[in-house]
Amino acid sequence: MTAPPQGPPPPPAAPEPMRPRVQPVKVNPSDYMPLAGGLRQTGQMFALAASVLRMTFKRPFQVRELIQQFWFIASVTILPTALVSIPFGAVIALQVGSLAKQLGAQSLTGGASVLAVVQQASPLIVALLIAGAAGSAICADLGSRTIREEMDAMEVMGVSPIQRLIVPRVIACMAVAFCLNGLVSVVGVAGGYFFNVALQDGTPGAYLASFSALAQLPDLYVGQTKAVIFGFIAGVVAAYRGLHPGAGPKGVGDAVNQSVVIAFLLLFMVNLAITAIYIQVVPPKGA
Amino acid sequence: MGIEVTVEGLTMSFGSQTIWRDVSLTLPAGEVSVMLGPSGTGKTVFLKSLIGLLKPEKGRVLVDGVDMVGDSDRKVFAARKKFGLMFQDGAMFGSMNLYDNIAFPLREHTRKSEKEIRRIVLERMDMVGLGGEERKLPGQISGGMRKRAGLARALVLDPQIILCDEPDSGLDPVRTAYLSQLLIDVNTRTDCTMLIVTHNIEIASTVPDNMGMLFRRDLVTFGPREVLLTSRDPVVAQFLRGNRHGPIGMSEEKDAATLAAEAERFGSLKVREMEIPPQLEPSPGLPERMGAVRRSQRVMANLHLLPAEAQEAIQNAHRRRSMGGPPPPVPWASA
Repeated sequence: MTAPPQGPPPPPAAPEPMRPRVQPVKVNPSDYMPLAGGLRQTGQMFALAASVLRMTFKRPFQVRELIQQFWFIASVTILPTALVSIPFGAVIALQVGSLAKQLGAQSLTGGASVLAVVQQASPLIVALLIAGAAGSAICADLGSRTIREEMDAMEVMGVSPIQRLIVPRVIACMAVAFCLNGLVSVVGVAGGYFFNVALQDGTPGAYLASFSALAQLPDLYVGQTKAVIFGFIAGVVAAYRGLHPGAGPKGVGDAVNQSVVIAFLLLFMVNLAITAIYIQVVPPKGA
Repeated sequence: MGIEVTVEGLTMSFGSQTIWRDVSLTLPAGEVSVMLGPSGTGKTVFLKSLIGLLKPEKGRVLVDGVDMVGDSDRKVFAARKKFGLMFQDGAMFGSMNLYDNIAFPLREHTRKSEKEIRRIVLERMDMVGLGGEERKLPGQISGGMRKRAGLARALVLDPQIILCDEPDSGLDPVRTAYLSQLLIDVNTRTDCTMLIVTHNIEIASTVPDNMGMLFRRDLVTFGPREVLLTSRDPVVAQFLRGNRHGPIGMSEEKDAATLAAEAERFGSLKVREMEIPPQLEPSPGLPERMGAVRRSQRVMANLHLLPAEAQEAIQNAHRRRSMGGPPPPVPWASA
């Protein structure tokens, strides 16, 4: 039996309580590991490098874009590279020349400075200029396109921005690096010759003869290989930062800055690795 | 004929911030739908998730058997060719002029001759009122023109699904009205499925067959337009009337204290009756819109499942239409 209701009627039903303003926070453990962010970025960059390699062989290949980019990169790098390589070759020639004099090995000056220019200086100069002049331009261009949603628009139309924009740029970087490396090697060696002969009283004959005493053809191969690899790295780093800029125009500026710094760091690391391997694999002449 | 888009239990969050959760709806094939919502409720994110540009963490978006969220990139890329997306600010390629921009999808995906491409592109540009502007670069034209160019580019492949991200923003009311008519005409002509994301009440009340609203991380409702237009849900009612009083605040939502204080000051606010404007008809000379026919069959069959007010509104509209007359004249339009 139920008692009849007594007392005042129950108050009108309270309005449904609002959902609390602060939602329970879902903790994603990787957000709190400082290392995880860096690892994720590294992983994404490697993934981009892999897709660039894969998409290179996918039809249709963007010939027009490649030529335009090649022309653009060459035009922004040739002059600075030539201007840098003359004093650089000279500095090496002077330094090696005076060191050789101290050791009493003047006759080998030519070979030593050629080794230094062809194997180390030339690929690095090329890489620094590609990363600095071309990489920053590529990163700024891609970054501003990304924040204007052009990349999204392209993907929505079923066109891969990697295949369409990034593959031609990376290949152009590699090709320009290859060609420039030849130029720098020649200019550097010629500069070295001039300074050694003109300023250090070296004999032209000894300088040229020592080329083949110390240097060998694989030295040139590894120099060119390095340049191509550096071009690839500079291109991929610039493209990666350009595809993932921070928010807004400031984000693009930061991305350009970071892309140059990251590319430089990577270049020197990779150079160390390649040099170490090369010295193990190809024994120096006469050793 | 358009394709049905089925969204199942879609949940999206950026880091610890949930944008919306468990959104399920079906965009019926060949019909026009509108997604409403206050600024910042993730409407654009929703659009980009439908097309697979953003990957929600849970749920599926099914388009012709392809899951735009979970399937491989290859499948998603192929499925995207069925879509046309009009971006909020056009997203034109800054290095190409308008003509090349609009011709881009044709050159990428078809083997049409340059002459045929020219014909299609010029026709589409005329359609959105950009005739004669082919040589301009996107940086040289106004935001509204970029937007219309974006629409032309989205239409150029005759996609089966068209998504429009705030077609009205940056356009004056007259252009907005033209654009609404254009969207209806496009739907009539190609019978495509259409989803328009907007917070423009004019578009929302006259263009779509179906309407939904996102608010506070949830899909409030999705269904025939009359359901939302007659809804007494405080959020929906406030939004449609543009009131300050209600659960929607200047920042995303009001807290309980503000709401209580408001209720005390204004008492329980009467919901102003809203007249349901007639839906736009295709321009004269076009055939009947098949989406509207299918929708009316579907809605009439399920009429008993809808709220009473919506039933009444639908029956009124149906009566008007079956009497054969044109839609009632707009009061301020002179004869």
